[in-house]
Amino acid sequence: MKLTLKIWRQNSPKEKGAFKTYILDDASQDMTFLEMLDALNEKLIAENEDPVAFDHDCREGICGSCGMIINGRPHGPGKEITTCQLNMKAFKDGDTIVIEPWRAKPFPVIKDLIVDRSAFDKIMEAGGFINTDVGSAPEANTYPIKTHKAEEAFEAASCIGCGACVAACKNSSAMLFVAAKVSQYALLPQGKVESLQRAWNMIMKMDELGFGSCTNTGACEAECPKGISLAHIARLNNEFIKSGFNKLFADKH
Amino acid sequence: MSNFFVSSIGKKFVMSVTGMFLILFLIVHLTVNSMIIIDDTGALFNKAAHFMATNPIIKIIEPILAIGVILHILFASLITLQNQLKRDINYPGLRRYKKYDTCASTNWQSRNMYILGTVILTFLVIHLINFFWKIRYTGSPLLEQPTILSSEIKNVYALVTTRFTTWWYVLIYVIGAVALGLHLYHGVWSAFQTLGWSNRKWRKILNVIGVIISVILGGGFAFIPLFVFIKSII
Repeated sequence: MKLTLKIWRQNSPKEKGAFKTYILDDASQDMTFLEMLDALNEKLIAENEDPVAFDHDCREGICGSCGMIINGRPHGPGKEITTCQLNMKAFKDGDTIVIEPWRAKPFPVIKDLIVDRSAFDKIMEAGGFINTDVGSAPEANTYPIKTHKAEEAFEAASCIGCGACVAACKNSSAMLFVAAKVSQYALLPQGKVESLQRAWNMIMKMDELGFGSCTNTGACEAECPKGISLAHIARLNNEFIKSGFNKLFADKH
Repeated sequence: MSNFFVSSIGKKFVMSVTGMFLILFLIVHLTVNSMIIIDDTGALFNKAAHFMATNPIIKIIEPILAIGVILHILFASLITLQNQLKRDINYPGLRRYKKYDTCASTNWQSRNMYILGTVILTFLVIHLINFFWKIRYTGSPLLEQPTILSSEIKNVYALVTTRFTTWWYVLIYVIGAVALGLHLYHGVWSAFQTLGWSNRKWRKILNVIGVIISVILGGGFAFIPLFVFIKSII
């Protein structure tokens, strides 16, 4: 099938970028979206042009590397999929596809469709960890955990940190990401020790890095490839407010 | 703790607490207003208005209410301004980038709370000038019209029912009430979510409660002026 691709091309963070139009004649509906981009790049290399730079790694929806805005939606059309899981069956012959990088102040463009998501790593460093004994794995039944809590924590832990929530949010807020990371620990006994510090430190870091605030529109939840619920944001809010009051009333924190 | 109100969640916390307080006020206000419909002699409404104007508890709550309104507006402006700055990104080569609209996945009112709030504020100013200010300070000949009650009680009923005989004035009230309804449609659930008082189950319940509150308050405040207007022309 024949496709018209409008792709954001930008050589470096400082240089000017612009949309460039490419025509791809030999795309197939059997391709994945990234294979279609590979086909375009092969064509560009053969024509001695600079190939389009994009992030990708596992190509099975679990690494969180790939991510671009396709026709205005993070990870393109389709529910709960990453860009690499997007199939060209979602498009038809003669379609125009607009492809952009994640747009958010804390995610500067490195090149073309690749953005720097190290802001997420900085948020994780601020509180996304637990303190635990090292050594051999503990006996599995040391901590009894209710099934529904384990499942809720697991859903939170399924966040792959792709940044679609930030890209979808009109305020460029990273609340869903932080909520998932706080939630996965807050529900489990192993995470209780740092719970009064974790939400506080991660949110303070999130604000410092220039992410916006949450206005509960739910765009993040709708675009999250892992279907992470806004319920986790409620938990994060709760944890953060608890931290705030603890700082006010406790003599040591 | 001082950092709390600077943080993104802390600012939302203020929005949430003041918003909930303002909803309580609106429920009381609508209850008093409904007396206009219940008793068309106006005695019940005049008595209720007199009670609200003279009750010492209301005197204490009044300044708190004013502070609540001011904080709600100030923090909303701050949050909206800060979020706008994060929204428009000056990418080299792109003159002005507006984040694409996620209409399909979010509702209109949740994305336009500040605009709805501005409409409500404009309405509030008009409303205060025409009623609160006249009743409290400047007075009006309508307020002095004799009632079947004691002479101390002002005839607020006469002022209200006379005002609502003008069609465009009623229209302002209907627009204000619809904006309020839409604001609360998102606001009620959002207030609980921000305080962390929501989860999968309660989200559904709170959404229903939000719709009920927005229909009752928005619909109620629109209905009363319309009721008075229609009664005056038939």
